[in-house]
Amino acid sequence: MSRVFCFIQHAEGKPDDSAAELLAAAAKINPVELPTAVVTGWGKDLDIVCEGLCACYREVWKITAEALVYPNAELVRKALAGVLPHGSILLVPHNHFGIDLSPGLSIKLDAAYVPDVVEIERSEEMALRLVRQEFGGQISAHVLCDISSGAVLNLRPGAFHPHAQAAAMGRVREWPVSLERPRRRYLSTVPAEAGDIDITKYKVLVSVGRGIQEKDNLALAEDLAEALGGAVSCSRPVVDAKWLDKSRQVGSSGKTVRPKVYLACGISGSFQHLAGIKGNPLIVAINKNPKAPIFRVAQIGIVDDLLEMLPVTAHVRQKRGVAAH
Amino acid sequence: MDILVCARKVPDTAENEIELNRAGNDIERDDLVYSVNEPDNYAVEAALQITEKIGGSVTVVTVGGEEDDDVPRREMAMGAHHGVLLADECFQGSDGRGIATILKAYVRRNHFDLILTGVQGEDGAAQVGGMLAAMLDYPFASLVNSIEVVDGGKLRIGREIEGGSREMNEIDLPCVLSIQTGINEPRYVGMRGIRQVASIPIPALDASDLGLDTALVGAAAARVVRIDYFVPPAGDGARMLTGRRPEIAGQLLEIVAGKGGLN
Repeated sequence: MSRVFCFIQHAEGKPDDSAAELLAAAAKINPVELPTAVVTGWGKDLDIVCEGLCACYREVWKITAEALVYPNAELVRKALAGVLPHGSILLVPHNHFGIDLSPGLSIKLDAAYVPDVVEIERSEEMALRLVRQEFGGQISAHVLCDISSGAVLNLRPGAFHPHAQAAAMGRVREWPVSLERPRRRYLSTVPAEAGDIDITKYKVLVSVGRGIQEKDNLALAEDLAEALGGAVSCSRPVVDAKWLDKSRQVGSSGKTVRPKVYLACGISGSFQHLAGIKGNPLIVAINKNPKAPIFRVAQIGIVDDLLEMLPVTAHVRQKRGVAAH
Repeated sequence: MDILVCARKVPDTAENEIELNRAGNDIERDDLVYSVNEPDNYAVEAALQITEKIGGSVTVVTVGGEEDDDVPRREMAMGAHHGVLLADECFQGSDGRGIATILKAYVRRNHFDLILTGVQGEDGAAQVGGMLAAMLDYPFASLVNSIEVVDGGKLRIGREIEGGSREMNEIDLPCVLSIQTGINEPRYVGMRGIRQVASIPIPALDASDLGLDTALVGAAAARVVRIDYFVPPAGDGARMLTGRRPEIAGQLLEIVAGKGGLN
């Protein structure tokens, strides 16, 4: 059985939430042997992270260089390619960093690469049977991955559920590396702009997606939001089309919201979008396509054209008035 | 600046409902409408905006079958200067690494300062650009949502990271960038534009034209193979509201109020 490594992202001395998910996924590949954590960074924060991980991993590989103080994918790739043994299986979260790091790393390691894995169904000596999703989650696929010369698997955040496990009493193994000046250099991080309203402050969000069809139709969502005392938010295609400001976008590359009610109107329900909805709100899906993935996560579903349904709902609400409730 | 954009055709999810075929081993492909993968249009637009500013050329390449010459042609209607099709029966069944290997062979026989891909295809893999960069030993950046040419040898780029923040980087040329949607507004291609490029021949190159070792591409070389498609079980699923629209609206408002959603 190939040795399983988990790439641990961390910030300010704390491992990312994904660390526990990778551990759960590693147990599906090898239920007998604990995986090895591999961490890159520099200084005191890295020391603290590595010591903490010893509770869950049999070994913690601490790859250290001053240049790794910011996780530059080019440098991390070089460091990992120099340290990981041939034939290893490496698990990485499929987020903005994993997408940056892993495809190229798989080439440098001469390993197979499977992105955005949502389930590990079966683990054999030379192959893994995995589940992925395509077409924005509309359909799933079984994928067979040849691991005879190793593999890099990017795992969808939230897809693997962490479970409790016995203390591991692992030990830290240090790998100092020397790295040349990278050809891609980190400059700064520009925080998201505040925007006209703060969608994270509302109890009701009327959220629109591609199904809104054109900018003028946004008025229908605005009217309903006003009638419900909420605000209008949206999914990525609406921002890409420049119909709404980036500050209105819900999702992993937008805002994380915690409303009481989330009306998903004409939103298919990609995992990147759903990642921005927290706090277990009532999710209502209004979509013309009865097979839209959003109906799998919504508690209430309405199969209809939102351009028809939104104005009727706003009208009924106005007619009843606040007193009716 | 000479720019290569890698583009391809995918089933258009705005035009089709994606369903399983009767045998359950593939999606139903009869009557599917294919379009250029949406993020690839953003990549072509980004390339055009650079060459319009500082000069140079935009070449659009696609790996596919003989009938896929409409991909570079459509992007030429947008304004790309050259189109090329990489097609060979032995390319069929290639995984992401195989596609990157084919593209690498084409890049090696030409000269490009910058290579762009769309962020991902319909399979959400987001892999070919990063693999191609590693094979060429070029620097790479994914999820790029701004590009500024700093001087001849460098770009200043923004990457979309969590929470809508932007990670600014400086990157040396030649490099590979995967372009995030929303970086620009891809120009509209009308019927007139399509007609103007309809008769332009698109050169097609096969494995021998590319000097490609066929053992590295196609189904036999693939380490990652899709076995089948399936529809995941719905779980509990949503409670569906049915009836006339005002009735549905009434039910919906009661449920929402019950959740404490209304003030």
